[in-house]
Amino acid sequence: MENYLKDIQDIKKMMDRSSQFLSLSGLSGVMAGIYALAGAYAVKQVSSFGSNEYSAGRITIESYTFKLILLIAAAVLALSLTTAAILTFRKAKKDGETVWNSTSKRLAINFLIPLCTGGIFAVLLIQNRYYGLIAPITLIFYGLSLINASKYTVRDVRYLGLTIIIIGLFSTAYMGYGLEFWALGFGVCHIIYGAVMHFKYDRKQ
Amino acid sequence: MSILMVNEYADFNTLKELLGVTDGNLASHAKALEAEKYIMIEKQFIGKKPNTRYMATKEGRKAFKDHIDALEKLIQKG
Repeated sequence: MENYLKDIQDIKKMMDRSSQFLSLSGLSGVMAGIYALAGAYAVKQVSSFGSNEYSAGRITIESYTFKLILLIAAAVLALSLTTAAILTFRKAKKDGETVWNSTSKRLAINFLIPLCTGGIFAVLLIQNRYYGLIAPITLIFYGLSLINASKYTVRDVRYLGLTIIIIGLFSTAYMGYGLEFWALGFGVCHIIYGAVMHFKYDRKQ
Repeated sequence: MSILMVNEYADFNTLKELLGVTDGNLASHAKALEAEKYIMIEKQFIGKKPNTRYMATKEGRKAFKDHIDALEKLIQKG
């Protein structure tokens, strides 16, 4: 009897291993959330500096403040990706898995397609001066990217994606609080889900 | 079979890595499965390098499902 159960378990495990990238580190989500909150705080500080240029979200492309905000956003992104890469690499090594294989490739592609679409869309929005929509759009596209990617990794990512989409929709309804919703979505959510993922998966084996 | 059930196809090296078996071991098991018509073997060239792909057949999928059902029944009985 024991053997039959084990057989089924082995089969299921092999199915998961071959189709899902399970080395994703939950801790990297927590770190990304922390970076995002720090970044949001930095942006808040920077925006209240220039007295005339900034009022309720109206910043021109050419202004120094905007460039600084872009720099902060880029830094948050770079830090998050690097941390995620390092921690995921370490987790994969610990589990005896390779990092770059067919499952992780599929994960990367399916994640990047909606993400890049959203990124390009946001850039186009900036060019056309629809600044108010930037935060909602980035949140919504990021959430969609996560949901698409969740098929190829742990299921929790799917719920993170759904939550972020809802936050993105709320931020569309309540325009003007882009930064706050951004901090909520990219910061708080990542920390919560990252922690859940960490305790669920990173400790096992 | 488990791997081929949830993936459209898998190539030789992927299977070898996931199953942790030797070249010869994998090849002979694959041949046996192919003889039963449970899997299809596709050999092609990617540029200059040879590449072998494996796919589950309809009969293979059915046989696998029957196997799982049988296992579940045995578990429920015991």
